[in-house]
Amino acid sequence: MKKILTTPISNEDLASLTAGDIVYLTGQMVTCRDMGHRRLIELGIPLPVDLQGGAILHAGPIVRRAGEGWEMVSIGPTTSMRMEGYEREFIRQTGVKLVIGKGGMGPQTLEGCRESKAVHAIFPGGCAVLAATQVEEIERVEWLDLGMPEALWVSRVKEFGPLIITIDTKGNNLIDTNKATFNERKIPIVKEISAQVRFIK
Amino acid sequence: MNHEQAVKSMTDTMSAFTDYVGKHLPDDVLAKLKELRAQEDSPLATVVYDSMFDNLAKAGELNRPACQDTGVIQYFVKAGAQFPLLGEVRAILREATLNATRSAPLRHNAVQIFQEKNTGDNTGDKIPWIDWDIVPADSGITIEVYMAGGGCSLPGQGRTLMPAAGYEGVVEFVFDVMTSYGINACPPILVGVGIAGSIEVAANLSKKALFRPIGSRNPDARGAEMERLMEKGLNGIGLGPQGVSGRNSVMGVHIESAARHPSTISAAISTGCWAHRRGTIRINGDLSFEIISHKGAQL
Repeated sequence: MKKILTTPISNEDLASLTAGDIVYLTGQMVTCRDMGHRRLIELGIPLPVDLQGGAILHAGPIVRRAGEGWEMVSIGPTTSMRMEGYEREFIRQTGVKLVIGKGGMGPQTLEGCRESKAVHAIFPGGCAVLAATQVEEIERVEWLDLGMPEALWVSRVKEFGPLIITIDTKGNNLIDTNKATFNERKIPIVKEISAQVRFIK
Repeated sequence: MNHEQAVKSMTDTMSAFTDYVGKHLPDDVLAKLKELRAQEDSPLATVVYDSMFDNLAKAGELNRPACQDTGVIQYFVKAGAQFPLLGEVRAILREATLNATRSAPLRHNAVQIFQEKNTGDNTGDKIPWIDWDIVPADSGITIEVYMAGGGCSLPGQGRTLMPAAGYEGVVEFVFDVMTSYGINACPPILVGVGIAGSIEVAANLSKKALFRPIGSRNPDARGAEMERLMEKGLNGIGLGPQGVSGRNSVMGVHIESAARHPSTISAAISTGCWAHRRGTIRINGDLSFEIISHKGAQL
């Protein structure tokens, strides 16, 4: 059965989740990436959206005008690691509970998720039309002066996913664990190939 | 057809083709992804592959770009010396970029250096980027359209090694980049490696390596063997789709090379994500055309 998180998300909703679990999101989701994080954390400009119990997506979408409003054309996740320097403080200040992106995040975000009870999840990268079809409506847009990719697009989503939990509230980091495994596997493989490509004698 | 009509005809073709390439993967990439999906059985890898194919189906159905990051548009051109519109090609491709940005629509990704302003139409200084090759005694033109997102451009790196580091140094470099940056590049990745005497030549060749059909091999026996070894080795690391771990890591490893200086060996890597949006079109002297990368495609 699909596990669905609904905004506002509570600490209890996240307590039983473990890195590697698959969940879906219903409710409000706001796109927020480099400039949104930078404005809040470095420049101290408050976010024009209440994220208490909310969800953000690291993404820059393609949108187009539809009558008075907007239509989500294509919206896939972007590299979350770019936000690593900001995310712990971002989670602390905004009360956001679900951070969605692509690839893993580092120790600071892990710490932020543990202390503020939040999780990081990945949506499969490049699956931008699938994601767009799970957006029911764009409610509004803020900070459009930053341009289409960096603006805060406030959307209502239904069963948005699959979302693979990569950092849980208990200090597990799926992608970091994977990376350690990948690096261990690499050493003997590189050694074996190197022995066969000694073309310079 | 007079000159003006000819320019319009080629502009229309290239506009429509640029639009199309963002929405449909080439035949070889699609076949490879199907092959790789069939080998996966873990729940995480399976759910990611299913999302990918679901996404591609919806992109076709809804006529939308398959990935929101449609890159900074690049064209790699093999122009016949006798192609009648040779002098107009740059202007035509710029116009095609503008048109496709509106029609597809494509995300606005061109940010002017120093001004740090997004131009809002995917053109900018020297963008769309055009790489030229002149083919003697040919009256046609073959154009590769490529749109790479930020994620798969981030692993792009180059290094000039001392000759003593040898090809072993190249292997080590490629594997280090793949295990550090590969996950964010949306695996399974297509890996392009350039080997040459200086860094800019290696870098250019590493990108061109991404345009070779998947499964093709370097013409040199050692080059082909090195491709096979690296492909098998990278798959042995098991990044899996999106780095969630799995049986494979890459769609392929392609090496392109240029003769080097005795004192240097430069290596560069470019990667293409699973949503490898490249398309090859051949336009003849009379402006009739054939789409090579996507059989049966209708513009």
